Amino acid sequence: MARSSERADAAISEPRWLRWLLIAIAIALILIVVVLPLAVVVVEAAAQGWAAYQNAILESDTLAAIWLTLLVATLCVPANVIFGVAAAWAISKFRFPGKGLLLSLIDLPFSVSPVVAGLVFVLLFGAQGWFGEWLKAHEIKIIFATPGIVLATFFVTFPFVARELIPLMQQQGQDQEEAAASLGASGWQMFWRVTFPNVRWALLYGVLLCNARAMGEFGAVSVVSGHIRGLTNTLPLQVEILHNDFQTAAAFAVASLLTVLALITLGLKLWLERRHGESLARAARTH
Amino acid sequence: MSAVFAKLAHPWRQAGPLPGLGLTLGISLTWLSLIVLIPLLALLIKASGLGVHGWWAIASDARVWAAMKLSFGTALLAALIDTVIGGLIAWVLVRYRFPARSFFDALIDLPFALPTAVAGIALTAIYAGNGWLGHWLELAGLKVAYTPVGIIVALLFIGLPFTVRTVQPVLENLHREHEEAAASLGASRFTTLWRVLLPQLAPALLTGFSLAFARGVGEYGSVIFIAGNLPYVSEIAPLLIVIKLDEYDYAGATAIASLMLATSFLILFALNTLQRRLSRGQIL
Repeated sequence: MARSSERADAAISEPRWLRWLLIAIAIALILIVVVLPLAVVVVEAAAQGWAAYQNAILESDTLAAIWLTLLVATLCVPANVIFGVAAAWAISKFRFPGKGLLLSLIDLPFSVSPVVAGLVFVLLFGAQGWFGEWLKAHEIKIIFATPGIVLATFFVTFPFVARELIPLMQQQGQDQEEAAASLGASGWQMFWRVTFPNVRWALLYGVLLCNARAMGEFGAVSVVSGHIRGLTNTLPLQVEILHNDFQTAAAFAVASLLTVLALITLGLKLWLERRHGESLARAARTH
Repeated sequence: MSAVFAKLAHPWRQAGPLPGLGLTLGISLTWLSLIVLIPLLALLIKASGLGVHGWWAIASDARVWAAMKLSFGTALLAALIDTVIGGLIAWVLVRYRFPARSFFDALIDLPFALPTAVAGIALTAIYAGNGWLGHWLELAGLKVAYTPVGIIVALLFIGLPFTVRTVQPVLENLHREHEEAAASLGASRFTTLWRVLLPQLAPALLTGFSLAFARGVGEYGSVIFIAGNLPYVSEIAPLLIVIKLDEYDYAGATAIASLMLATSFLILFALNTLQRRLSRGQIL
């Protein structure tokens, strides 16, 4: 009996040696493609010792970049949460014409190059852009200043929260909300007491990914920032500047901060998937 | 019959008595218009303002062509390689049990989370002539950093999670009965893989390929560090847009951007159509 079930297993599996060969190839690929870049950041950042590392991070331009990066994320993430929740509510709880189109338009920023995302704001608000003259006359700076960086980051992170919430809220339907409504709950009570508890982990998941992208965005921000040291450089741009100045150890020291951010994001993401996987939308896992 | 009319008459309020459609749809459409649609529209209007001749004069420039060919060529090649190795990794992660499997599984998402500039300088350090791998590869006669090969290496890193993560859930949900049936009918393991499993995985493989490709065409941060950015040789289209912008040549930047957008939408549309046919089983 055991023998025959073994033979059945063998028929729908691969021989032992092939299995281990494939496992070895897969692990080698993951190590070379994914782990090696991580290792190089750690080694290069530590190459000049702790004092140099500290100096690179506490340097005033880097501190300014940290500050700007935090500011941009603090503005972008809540704005995306508002949009994501609103879009998910409208799309999952109601039927209206053009819903499919709205869904694809929300995803549009994913298929636009980050550089183009920056370019469109330069065309609108740059010195020779549509509103360039007007902005100059009123002494408002958007391009080569913080507002432009926020706008460009907002563009590239636009779909993140909505994409986590929409499939989940569509799965959940509207029965619970309708029950709450029939019991006399107001719209806000319904949202906070019924909808929010159902989607909070998915919302956190979206916030996590949105935040990682907002803090790490390079292309779009690079186009609108103007690279003014200490003023309009985010952390990723600071990495580029140090790298181009041949301050390799300092570049990797700053990069290590962003790497820690990435690892924390991954850790939290994993925790959410393990702990609250059933309350996340499986379909939205790919970005 | 009256139900049909009710449906036609009130397409806006089908789901029941829930409030908030006006508010939430209003917020969504305003946000979407201000941040995404109007800015993209500005690009289209600016591009059409160039006129056909003005647009073509810029788009047909040899340096632009070289950059476009490089961007789309490297993105296609990298997405193709990612589909193969992503499919293999997904297979191993889903089908086999081995030590630290979930650790390796979690690592796959790193390219999603790691800022592209960090990936760029890290890959450059690895594949430069004095780097960990670059040193050995150059001894073997292969120069990676500051060549188009370097661009492919960067895009491989960026695209890998897309292919693994689209194939993985499909593999998890496959019915083993199909394989058992094929085996019991005398098919070899290879025939089963090729004729039974591959057709079922094809739509997901193609989706992963499309996602990796779409991301790769526009990728900037991870590429510019390792590419060397030599005009006609290793200068990608997004970089050319940045160069035009630095020269305040808005028209040039716009023409290249619109050419890029149009080309990638056409390719993605074709891939999407193919993908839908594959999932309906009309091909294979």
